[in-house]
Amino acid sequence: MIKKEMIAMLLAGGQGSRLGVLTSKVAKPAVSFGGKYRIIDFPLSSCINSGVDTVGVLTQYQPLRLNTHIGIGIPWDLDRNIGGVTVLPPYEKSANSEWYTGTANAIFQNIEYMDSFNPEYVLILSGDHIYKMDYEVMLDFHKQNKSECTIAVMPVPMEEASRFGIMITDENRKITDFEEKPEHPRSNLASMGIYIFNWKTLKEALIAKQDQPGLDFGKHIIPYCHENGAPLYAYEFNGYWKDVGTLNSYWEANMELIDIVPEFNLYEEYWKIYTKSDILPPQYFSEGSVVEKSIIGEGTEVYGEVYNSVIGCGVTIGKGTIVRDSIIMNNTEIGDGCEITKAVIAENVSIGNSIKIGVGEEVDNETHPHIYNHGLVCIGEKSILPDGLTVGKNACIFGETTAEDYKDLALASGKTLIKAGDEA
Amino acid sequence: MRAIGIILAGGNNRRMKELSKKRAIGAMPIAGSYRSIDFVLSNMTNSRIQKVAVLTQYNARSLNEHLSSSKWWDFGRKQGGLFVYTPAVTAENSSWYRGTADAIYQNIHFLKDSHEPYVVIASGDCVYKMDYNKVLEYHIQKKADITVVCKDLPKDAPLERYGTLKMNEECRIEEFDEKPIVAKSNTISCGIYVIRRRLLIEMMEKCAQEDRYDFVKDVLIRYKNQKSIYGYKIKDYWKNIASVQDYYDTNMDFLDPEIRNYFFKQYPDVYSKVDDMPPAKYNSGAQVKNSLVSSGCIVNGTIENSVIFKKSFIGNNCVIKNSIILNDVYIADNTYIENCIVESRGTIPANSKFVGEEGIKIVVDESDRMLMQ
Repeated sequence: MIKKEMIAMLLAGGQGSRLGVLTSKVAKPAVSFGGKYRIIDFPLSSCINSGVDTVGVLTQYQPLRLNTHIGIGIPWDLDRNIGGVTVLPPYEKSANSEWYTGTANAIFQNIEYMDSFNPEYVLILSGDHIYKMDYEVMLDFHKQNKSECTIAVMPVPMEEASRFGIMITDENRKITDFEEKPEHPRSNLASMGIYIFNWKTLKEALIAKQDQPGLDFGKHIIPYCHENGAPLYAYEFNGYWKDVGTLNSYWEANMELIDIVPEFNLYEEYWKIYTKSDILPPQYFSEGSVVEKSIIGEGTEVYGEVYNSVIGCGVTIGKGTIVRDSIIMNNTEIGDGCEITKAVIAENVSIGNSIKIGVGEEVDNETHPHIYNHGLVCIGEKSILPDGLTVGKNACIFGETTAEDYKDLALASGKTLIKAGDEA
Repeated sequence: MRAIGIILAGGNNRRMKELSKKRAIGAMPIAGSYRSIDFVLSNMTNSRIQKVAVLTQYNARSLNEHLSSSKWWDFGRKQGGLFVYTPAVTAENSSWYRGTADAIYQNIHFLKDSHEPYVVIASGDCVYKMDYNKVLEYHIQKKADITVVCKDLPKDAPLERYGTLKMNEECRIEEFDEKPIVAKSNTISCGIYVIRRRLLIEMMEKCAQEDRYDFVKDVLIRYKNQKSIYGYKIKDYWKNIASVQDYYDTNMDFLDPEIRNYFFKQYPDVYSKVDDMPPAKYNSGAQVKNSLVSSGCIVNGTIENSVIFKKSFIGNNCVIKNSIILNDVYIADNTYIENCIVESRGTIPANSKFVGEEGIKIVVDESDRMLMQ
């Protein structure tokens, strides 16, 4: 009989609506990060680096790019005879067919998958954080404490604690209580959304709570385990961990990679981050180009100037163009004589000549101030921007636009122009 | 598919000097991200050849590491595949490959076990893009026994290093000289041949009986009047890596946007093994002009008119000019390098200076490197 000690279930079905147009067409775990990677590469690489070789990836929202990215798991060495990576979308059943209605509901609907590996432990991960973690060390902690459910936590500044799920523990890190986004937090240990369960405990809880609408780990499963006296422990993690749930935190996390020795180091030999990468030529810098404090992907051609930026693969930056403090994803083309400041430009965007992005006064975004803020400009994938356009701050463009879509070839600060896809 | 492929990658070349110590020429890094054998492998897969044998002999470690899977070039895995054959001691034979024909003969089972009617033979040390199907069609149309791909070089090229040939109006090869002292023609053989599989088996067995081991001398030249051997002339980019200067020039060619466009932007692509390197990183103080930089590099200094291969570190205030830095080189602060090729995994101490005064200087420096983990 097949027996895997620990298998992982990676929740990758969410939209991540706070990333605005970046997730209009792709699930958040498939959004690019750090030049050549996608967000899901980080938990997947941690799995294989920790020796977890069986991973179920739960998908639901816009799964196409995620599916093509994961394939049969070759980049992560997760193409295995037994185990490996399996993409698990919701499926029709003879009765009660439904979408994944909550994090734990998604896991519940795949009990059969997990049972087929006969695991001792199940690791629950989410596909929207940037970190490197050795899950084996966490498992050791789990076993040592005879825990039935271990929750990875990290200390956060007390004043920020009210934004997280907070764990209250005794001196042995045994969880005595927990609170979701408390107004007056009693501890600063924030849940990272990474759990190790004894499969027996988890299965029992999932079945007991199966009729709960929107079955969720934080809201239902963990309270249920706690009430039934299962020992819960908090595993403290002190490495780099970043939630890239908002446009600004996403931008910040990218920018942190530029530091001389970044806190999150992609260059570690023995903890590589793997991704599906095309075989691409090296990057080219022309005679008149300038590059400083940036990371740049393969196959990119720079004829202009790049400062403080994260540039993906296969990007072209035209002559006389100046890119500052920006993120430019794979295969985007930028013409000549542009000025781009503090922008997040998605994949396959075509930016004409003499375009200014991120200029003028900062004005709150009119329709989505909670998404487009901090002066960032966001351009959705496959957008086209006409020559000579000026775009203000906190603005957003998505779709194939022409000069007629703009008044006087300008989009003022705080404006949103969406011509494609669903409104974010 | 109508053909199988044989890649001759066994050779070494004195003119590559120190660079050939580490690896066979097939494994020489090219254009920042590739090895020279990637071009022929990509050509084969893009010509829909599914079954390829690579015959290696000289220092094949680096090459074997590179050819770790047929996956990288999308060759078949169940139908066909990529096979690497080094000489092996058998009941009948205990010799190294004594020549190109002998290398093929020692692996004649590969030919006998295949069913495809034709064989494309090519070497692993050339940089070019080619659809072998076109040569094959020409071969069939000419009813040739052997077709040799050839190219006109400028009259002042070092023709004495190539096989030169003369064709009649029908393109049948009438004269063929291997590395002539005085070349009678500026048409050279590119070392790419198309031949029927059964004929190749027959000729290789005959050569072996007669103790003849060289494909050019003992097949092409010896049989040029008995068999109909035709030339197929190409005009496209084709470079052979046979000397340090060739190697340097070929790499520098990729600074030309037209050549990059031809190889990398026009379909079909060139494939290589994936390395999982992070993107290249440029800290403040970095200055890069007219250069290629590969993934995994960290740049703090100045780079001009150079090709930097994967995973190199360029320290503060370094100046790299007109040079090639191979994989995984660490260059400490304040180093000046001009007209050099720095061998892979080198560690250059701070404040060094290397300048190639007359021609290209090869720098092999294996100072201790502190591992930073």
